Amino acid sequence: MLDTRGHAGVVAYEPSELVVTARCGTPLAELERLLVEHGQMLAFEPPHFGPGATVGGCVAAGLSGPRRASTGAVRDFVLGVRVLDGRGRELSFGGRVMKNVAGYDVARFLAGSMGTLALLLEVSLKVLPRPPAERSLRLEMDETSALEAMNRWGCEPLPISATAWAAGVLTVRLSGAQAAVRAAAAKIGGEPLAEDEARRFWEAVREQTDPFFSGDAPLWRLSVPSVASPIALAGRQLIEWGGALRWWKTAAPAAEVRAAAAKAGGHATLFRAAEKSGGAFAPLSPELEKLHRALKKVFDPAGILGPGRMYPEF
Amino acid sequence: MGEAVPRLDAARQREVVRALRAFLPERALLWREEDTRPYECDGLTAYRALPMVVALPETEAQVERILRTCSAMQVPVVPRGAGTGLSGGALPRPDAVLLSMAKFMRIRRLDPKARIAVVEPGVRNLAISEAAASWGLYYAPDPSSQIACTIGGNVAENSGGVHCLKYGLTVHNVLALRGFTMAGEPIALGSEALDSPGYDLLALAIGSEGLLVVVTEVTVKLLPKPQAARVVMASFDDVEKAGEAVAAVIAAGIVPAGLEMMDRPATRAAEDFVHAGYDTEAAAILLCEADGTPEEVEEEIARIEAVLKGAGATRLTVSRDEAERLRFWSGRKAAFPAVGRISPDYYCMDGTIPRKKLGEVLRFIGELEKKYGLRCPNVFHAGDGNLHPLILYDANDPEELRRTEQFAAEVLEKCVEVGGTITGEHGVGVEKIDQMCVQFGAEELETFHAIKRAFDPQGLLNPGKAVPTLARCAEYGRMHVRGGALPHPELPRF
Ligand SMILES: Cc1cc2nc3c(=O)[nH]c(=O)nc-3n(C[C@H](O)[C@H](O)[C@H](O)COP(=O)(O)OP(=O)(O)OC[C@H]3O[C@@H](n4cnc5c(N)ncnc54)[C@H](O)[C@@H]3O)c2cc1C
Repeated sequence: MLDTRGHAGVVAYEPSELVVTARCGTPLAELERLLVEHGQMLAFEPPHFGPGATVGGCVAAGLSGPRRASTGAVRDFVLGVRVLDGRGRELSFGGRVMKNVAGYDVARFLAGSMGTLALLLEVSLKVLPRPPAERSLRLEMDETSALEAMNRWGCEPLPISATAWAAGVLTVRLSGAQAAVRAAAAKIGGEPLAEDEARRFWEAVREQTDPFFSGDAPLWRLSVPSVASPIALAGRQLIEWGGALRWWKTAAPAAEVRAAAAKAGGHATLFRAAEKSGGAFAPLSPELEKLHRALKKVFDPAGILGPGRMYPEF
Repeated sequence: MGEAVPRLDAARQREVVRALRAFLPERALLWREEDTRPYECDGLTAYRALPMVVALPETEAQVERILRTCSAMQVPVVPRGAGTGLSGGALPRPDAVLLSMAKFMRIRRLDPKARIAVVEPGVRNLAISEAAASWGLYYAPDPSSQIACTIGGNVAENSGGVHCLKYGLTVHNVLALRGFTMAGEPIALGSEALDSPGYDLLALAIGSEGLLVVVTEVTVKLLPKPQAARVVMASFDDVEKAGEAVAAVIAAGIVPAGLEMMDRPATRAAEDFVHAGYDTEAAAILLCEADGTPEEVEEEIARIEAVLKGAGATRLTVSRDEAERLRFWSGRKAAFPAVGRISPDYYCMDGTIPRKKLGEVLRFIGELEKKYGLRCPNVFHAGDGNLHPLILYDANDPEELRRTEQFAAEVLEKCVEVGGTITGEHGVGVEKIDQMCVQFGAEELETFHAIKRAFDPQGLLNPGKAVPTLARCAEYGRMHVRGGALPHPELPRF
């Protein structure tokens, strides 16, 4: 166990360059506070899952929040990294500029690698201005209609920045210029949420403190094409990302959940469960598994970084 | 440098043609010089070499067999799209098969509801947006070469365009790839979902300059076309002021759909060529676009105008209609060919710098113009700091080409020095391979080589491009200390 929290602090931040560079141990909350002071944000809206979240952990976990479907994932905002690989070599990839195609894009590649390839020391992220206006709306709809509506809206230039459907209620967040938000709200209809209530709601979805996430049943994350038909499993469901992310609280056997995700054109991850011995991640095809092993060797030939953290084989 | 320039070996050529003819139709193979000559270079015309054989497969099964055959025979393979690349990524080798993907021209599936298109790699960038237009959708990355360049080439280079500050680069707009490794093993990366299990191999493959996989299918994201767009054209009497104006726009919390800058020589060349209505007296002009709903555009245009005025713009014109908007952009999109008209040849550079260093870098380029006796207009993807200085030279004068290369090398190294990079979107190819030694240390370069070996253990796919050998860097380092004068500048440097 290597505690990286001592390696903290923002190294460089130039709001007009839209780039921030921070050491891996910097608390995510601290970085976000700094950005807010300058009217900016991490547009992928990362979950913290507790007060101890760090910038390095956020990039290594590769998790994005409600804004993901409209703005992009962590990897889309990673511009550069400084890392220690499994041989203890300090390496730098990418940089602090928006466009950079020199060498393979190792910085993005490392996002979401769960610390199994290298230890992140420092990351540079693209940041964006906070939208001038935001409004959340609530509509009563069954699952099929909600999926249909989210995909229909997705075909139109509407400033939708988040969606969440559960138990017959669809919540939609609009973010952008005042005029755009006003026009889109009129088009979508539904009941507006008070500003405070909206903020609390999206935070609870992002942090998984919403009541949906409580209870002992395993939590599965199904990442599927947004247009995939409703998935039928025993249990409860929360849909995000315009239909592309389907959370299930279900006791259904892993094989059944994985098969349902695969049938829908996606994959399933066992996100939270008392018992994870069957592996959290969807198995890889033989060709991809071979490449994964080879790449693991490139960065960590002795296999000392997070062994078995992603897949038992490496 | 370490590697010797290989030569075309007629006996070997016959052997390879025979092996490929066993399963490829006659029309899919070219080897006579008059047929292979058109493939001798890509958009970087200063480097030329004849390929041993050109293969033009039409099916994935053929691609697979070509790769298996070449792997077994130890023949290198160089993939090629439309050949508009500007770093020599598709430069042939006399000992290699040039694998043209030009016949992969079908849009396999366009799903307007899912907002995706599944296309073959030889489909032109613009053709995707044209096919999607009737559903009000488009493919966002729009390199200036979009009427000609292919999506396969875009994937290999991680190409950008004038709208990528807001809408992202190729890597942000591609959902999945299918293709083959050099060994002929099929691989599928990404999916129609927003993420996939395992490492983000898609991020590695995009921008890998044809060194890791041969791409045979690309799934791209389509976006709803904004209802309206307007562009502000602003004049400045000083280039640095224009640079500060760019920073002011961003600092005001605006992310324009496009934010481009041209200096006076580039503006004049473009104006003479396409009559876009540019202010040819300005030291620099900025084009700043807002898109969205009509109301949103009005709101943003007003903010942009106020910021630019505050930053010292001497003239502001807002496009009144779509025709005028396209006219304003036409000059920028035609900037390279426009510059091509005022000089026998031009050499396009592609560094990215932190925007705040713009003044410093432009002053530096001005000094180099004097030092080398060469002119250098500048176009700038100002929003994301990607600078395209265009050195004007005459390729028939080897001495001038040599000075041009030194000029370019100095500019790229300056980009690294100020915290930027040697290439923002055109790739390293053969062109900037020496500057890779400046940007990266030996251990990073070794890591790149190791990644290459993970995909292509024999090192046969597009060898000698993108990542320099350490021996080469050692030699370049030595030469660099001596003042950057390369021996035998007339030889293509593989
Ligand atoms: C006038 C002009 C303007 C330009 N403007 C821009 C711009 O605004 N932004 C920008 O980013 N670029 C620009 N470019 C550069 C160029 O157009 C892009 O790099 C483009 O993506 C190259 O596409 P291509 O099909 O011509 O590829 P090629 O030049 O044929 O090949 C480029 C690279 O891709 C590899 N490759 C091609 N197809 C495949 C495949 N199927 N599988 C694996 N590898 C493959 C090749 O090996 C090579 O390394 C411009 C070029 C010109 C001439």
